[in-house]
Amino acid sequence: MLCDECAKRPATVHITKVENGKKTDMHLCEQCAMQKNLLSISTSFSVNDLLAGLLNAGGATVKKSDMVNDVKCGVCGLTYSKFKETGRFGCGSCYSVFGERLNPLFKKVHGNTSHTGKIPNRAGGRIKVLREIEKLKQQLEDAVRNEEYEKAAAIRDRIKEINRTGKEEM
Amino acid sequence: MKGWMQGNGPHNEIILSSRIRLARNIANIPFPTGLDTEKAMKVIEMVREGFLPVEKQIKFKDYMMQELLPVERQVLVERHLISPGLARNSAVGAAYINGDGTVSIMVNEEDHIRIQVILPGLQIKRSWEMASKIDDVLEKKLEYAYSENWGYLTSCPTNVGTGMRASVMVHLPALNITGNISKIFQAVAHIGITIRGLYGEGTESIGNIFQISNQITLGRAEEEIIDSLTAVTRQIIDKEKEARKVLLGSSRMQIEDRIWRSWGIMKNARVMSSQECMKLLSDIRLGVDSGIIENIPVQLLNEIMIDTQTASIQKLSGRELSSGERDIIRAEMIRSKLEN
Repeated sequence: MLCDECAKRPATVHITKVENGKKTDMHLCEQCAMQKNLLSISTSFSVNDLLAGLLNAGGATVKKSDMVNDVKCGVCGLTYSKFKETGRFGCGSCYSVFGERLNPLFKKVHGNTSHTGKIPNRAGGRIKVLREIEKLKQQLEDAVRNEEYEKAAAIRDRIKEINRTGKEEM
Repeated sequence: MKGWMQGNGPHNEIILSSRIRLARNIANIPFPTGLDTEKAMKVIEMVREGFLPVEKQIKFKDYMMQELLPVERQVLVERHLISPGLARNSAVGAAYINGDGTVSIMVNEEDHIRIQVILPGLQIKRSWEMASKIDDVLEKKLEYAYSENWGYLTSCPTNVGTGMRASVMVHLPALNITGNISKIFQAVAHIGITIRGLYGEGTESIGNIFQISNQITLGRAEEEIIDSLTAVTRQIIDKEKEARKVLLGSSRMQIEDRIWRSWGIMKNARVMSSQECMKLLSDIRLGVDSGIIENIPVQLLNEIMIDTQTASIQKLSGRELSSGERDIIRAEMIRSKLEN
């Protein structure tokens, strides 16, 4: 939803006003809400502000290189500099367009930069195979370290097997 | 729509409910904030079609936000069936909620899809399994915005990865009375878990009810997140039990007095604010859990907690009420519920 006032920025402030029993809903972006003096300082401090703060933590002023290297998402039209202001992505493609420059943010927010959880079946064939092999290799090392050679041989065969069938599926 | 309110789950004396919320988006379509009405409607259609196969097992009721009055949307929020964010996005939001309110699928909130499962007591894992199954069905029809590296892609960077928020709603009167709650808050913050008030982000705790949830969504698998949240919750349960024991051991008479006084006010008051109601409910809940008050089912307490909130009272009364009127009706409702 876009701001009722400027129709440019997403509406993040939602105000319901009751005057003489008549109710009006306003949906504004923070800038417009500020201008209308509808926000006290304490309520305007949102998650987005925090994120935007983190993104800009490298230096208070906008670096020249950022201006030059600004990129724009082809699907939703969001630019990286705009993202740094709002702290919100416009669509899934923004992630790949902004690419590696997102990692420092993820590191700050999550302490990590790569996903290890659920994989959608549709996208997942290859990733699942890679992760399974990774896991087995770890087990193989453990088995060798513990001198469990029979077990190690079995795991090695399993890795070979997955490599063969997995590649066919890819 | 009793769902989690039945209060018949494991550890229900301290854990009111467990909830899983999965954020998902459809590939190559802008997130809801940047969608015009037409495209947003298309998203609703796509999602609706996507979960048709689920309907063999789960029957959903459709709620189009624009067709609901603000008070009706708020009732759904108060019952934890939809998020406050969806209620606000009234133009193009939709929710599909099953019969007992344990499953809701929200469309066009901050993300295209939010799958929520909420169960009574400590059942985080079971909630995840249910949510994940619905997710699997949706994914057969819809191509998700997903990256090998960053997992499920979401509008807010704080949800990227698993897109999962797991949370439990807990009642911790003894830890609060004995002044131990802030220690726990600090301890859990170190392991990526946060504690907040009843209605999530930015809300304060009322009536000693808190929400414990995972903060980190990237770099940890769902099972890991759930295991650690469950472990932390179990520890908090033990600590709360311990604090209750200490409290009843050292000042039983004072605690009993406090509980019975609250019971007396609850059964007799003629005017009751929602804040006071929550405070009294906490004492009575403690009384019921520790066997001081008998024959009061937890479900009744949950019903009082939810049905006496602002929007729910107005919905029941069928008209808009001033806060003074609400306080009178709230007191009436509570008396009649406790009488039966």
